[in-house]
Amino acid sequence: MSDEHAEHVVPPGVYAIIILSLLTLTLLTVAAAFVNMGRFNIVAALGIATLKATLVVLFFMHAKYVPKRTKLVIVAGIFWLALLLFMTMSDYISRVDYRGVRFPMTQNITFSVEQNV
Amino acid sequence: MHRTGALFGQFKTLEQQKDTATLGMWIFLVTEVMFFGGIMLAYTINRHIYFHAFAMGSNTLSLTAGTCNTLVLLASSFTMAMGVWSAQTSRKKWVTIFLTLTIVLGFVFFSIKYLEYSQKFHHHLVPGRNFNISYCVDNPSACPDIDAADMAKEREELKAAFAADPDLNAHAQLYYSAYFGMTGLHALHMVIGAGLLFWLLKESFSGRFDAEWNTPVDMVGLYWHFVDIVWIYLFPLLYLIDRHK
Repeated sequence: MSDEHAEHVVPPGVYAIIILSLLTLTLLTVAAAFVNMGRFNIVAALGIATLKATLVVLFFMHAKYVPKRTKLVIVAGIFWLALLLFMTMSDYISRVDYRGVRFPMTQNITFSVEQNV
Repeated sequence: MHRTGALFGQFKTLEQQKDTATLGMWIFLVTEVMFFGGIMLAYTINRHIYFHAFAMGSNTLSLTAGTCNTLVLLASSFTMAMGVWSAQTSRKKWVTIFLTLTIVLGFVFFSIKYLEYSQKFHHHLVPGRNFNISYCVDNPSACPDIDAADMAKEREELKAAFAADPDLNAHAQLYYSAYFGMTGLHALHMVIGAGLLFWLLKESFSGRFDAEWNTPVDMVGLYWHFVDIVWIYLFPLLYLIDRHK
């Protein structure tokens, strides 16, 4: 992409479609929270949130129309966030403490001097 | 500094100048992503460990207030985007109008947030020595804003939650710390954003922003949309845990 491209002006019609989608998705995520999907409730909630965030980034923030080098910065930021979340969570979920207890923080263990000997 | 109209000396064209500003703004926003990302990670770990306390805490929030605030903030993002469009197409009067609308919607958000925060203070749901997750259930006369049916439901939920987690009162404070910490930092960002919008509004009175030069409107717009995205994630994370019960 050339550095000397003309500024892309997004027409108001596109903004109108995006805001209507965002408002609809908000009501959808509230409705979805009242349906018992077990562990998939959080997947649905974060999935809809990510869809909304993507619409905001691409259209309201014009990320669809910026040069590739700016897109690289955006993608790198998301990738780094994914690293932070994924690596830390995999550590927390797989950690075993000195008593062989998996994910010890969930076990409501009361500590005493005898236990630690 | 040497300057030709809106073009600063170190740039060849206005487009290059604008692209440079946009790139710099995005790099700043990425640092903000990492800032909020760390807080959300701490939230995720605590929620994973103290699930019952987080679900109980979430159910004491007002879903109506949270949903209204989400809709208000999304609408303010739309008016902000329209403000940028007005500047890009040299509709100078509309820049002022859309910036004003964005500020007004921002203050509607603050007002709803204020009502929510003050309710939490009245219900003894602020972490600290007076925190009591059972306060309203134990003193129904002190919480006239919760109707009898909701109160009975909350009593049942609390009973089940205490059975699953005897230390619920301590762990619920972690949820409320996350709630006040995350929404507070988000609100702080909005205060900064509102300050920037007031500055833009003042500048727009003299018709400074047009198709040739609108960088400040565009950059503040990026910041405002970013703050909106933070709320898009905070809303399901804080308000929508275990609502189906």
